[in-house]
Amino acid sequence: MDAEISLRINGTEHELTVDVRTTLLDLLREHLHLTGAKKGCDHGQCGACTILIDGRRANSCLALAVAHDGSELTTVEGLAQGDELHPLQAAFIERDAFQCGYCTPGQLCSAVGMIEEANAEGAVLDAPAIRERMSGNVCRCGAYPNIVAAVADTIA
Amino acid sequence: MKAFAFERASDAAAAVAAGADGATFLGGGTNLVDLMKLGVAAPTRLVDVSRLPHDGIEETAGGLRIGAAVRNADLASHPLVRERYPVLSEALLAGASGQLRNLATVGGNLLQRTRCSYFQDVTKPCNKREPGSGCPARDGEHRNHAILGHSEHCVATHPSDMAVALAAIEATVEVLGPAGPRTIPIPGLHRLPGDKPQHDTVLNPGDLITAIELGGPAPRSVYRKVRDRASFAFAVLSVAAVVEPADVRIALGGVAHVPWRAEQAEAVLRGRELSPEAIAEAADAELSAAIPLRDNAFKVPLARNVLIRTLSELAP
Repeated sequence: MDAEISLRINGTEHELTVDVRTTLLDLLREHLHLTGAKKGCDHGQCGACTILIDGRRANSCLALAVAHDGSELTTVEGLAQGDELHPLQAAFIERDAFQCGYCTPGQLCSAVGMIEEANAEGAVLDAPAIRERMSGNVCRCGAYPNIVAAVADTIA
Repeated sequence: MKAFAFERASDAAAAVAAGADGATFLGGGTNLVDLMKLGVAAPTRLVDVSRLPHDGIEETAGGLRIGAAVRNADLASHPLVRERYPVLSEALLAGASGQLRNLATVGGNLLQRTRCSYFQDVTKPCNKREPGSGCPARDGEHRNHAILGHSEHCVATHPSDMAVALAAIEATVEVLGPAGPRTIPIPGLHRLPGDKPQHDTVLNPGDLITAIELGGPAPRSVYRKVRDRASFAFAVLSVAAVVEPADVRIALGGVAHVPWRAEQAEAVLRGRELSPEAIAEAADAELSAAIPLRDNAFKVPLARNVLIRTLSELAP
């Protein structure tokens, strides 16, 4: 079964016809060639596919596109303003917060959403809190210490 | 993923009618979509109930009413939940990850399926997935399986942290079914496996969870979870405890097919001070019924220790 849906992705409106089985991750990568969001486990366990749906971080691999008709999505491709990197992107480079880079788009989108969540709650983001709140993003290279440092730099 | 027809429910009654006609409800999809990818779930008709107007958290006379479509993250961070029901907020935050909690709904959390590896693997027998096919977990990988209330047909555990907290709070589920609305107490929504492990709950086709009602506040309450890594893992074992002036309510997670209300322990503690002796006696009373499997006997002393530590922390 196909469905007509509309999504605003990184500021651009898209009218799309999708098989209702399509996840947001497959829609982004295979249909729109926005390959920033990565397919790691495809089961919601690694966080590499994390994007922002209506401003909130979510695993795009478990989100059926048809169920998110009308939503506004932000992927890693939408974080920078032109050539000006998002502060988190700049901090990840400054802190060398990755090795292979496969988890990085998900880490970045997750951190953007996470900082919003903490601000809304009035929560303090010390290193243990950053680790706990970012635990849905796995890094098999083990770049965690520098990821935590990069996120902490952005908050400071 | 098998093909299916998709529709968005226009209202609760339409969803119930579709459900009674064989449709499967979709909430946040964090478990169901995964099971569909694995082939464990193969609905032919999916009805999205996540946009029904069941997304509010409102004060009631003495308690709170939580819409079934409320996202787990929003419930966990709600000021009234954090202040009055810390056990619930803590349980929610102990479950899954930030991005999963943003998708997952409260109703869907209650209805998530077990993470037993045999249940999730369609190449293996499983009485829950395919009744009568057998239970490889009994003699296979069962380190993280049940020690209480299991049957020869199924030794799986219920994976929800939230449901354990709700069992200790004595929450009630509001259900709209083909015959109208009704309420079900949370220790009673889920069922032991017996010879029908394919049924996780007492709900029937078409029954739609519309809300969860919390009774009086439980400010002296705590959720303690033991897992194999520091975060983002299912419970090896968990304890939810609520202490009131003349009463203690306790539920265990990771030990049974249901969020396990520790009634034996509660009976021992009723009317007594939470002394170290009373607490130890209560833990032993509850766990005397435990029947561990070959590789999960460690859960019995673990449950005893976590029960004692959790209740000791809540003692005046």
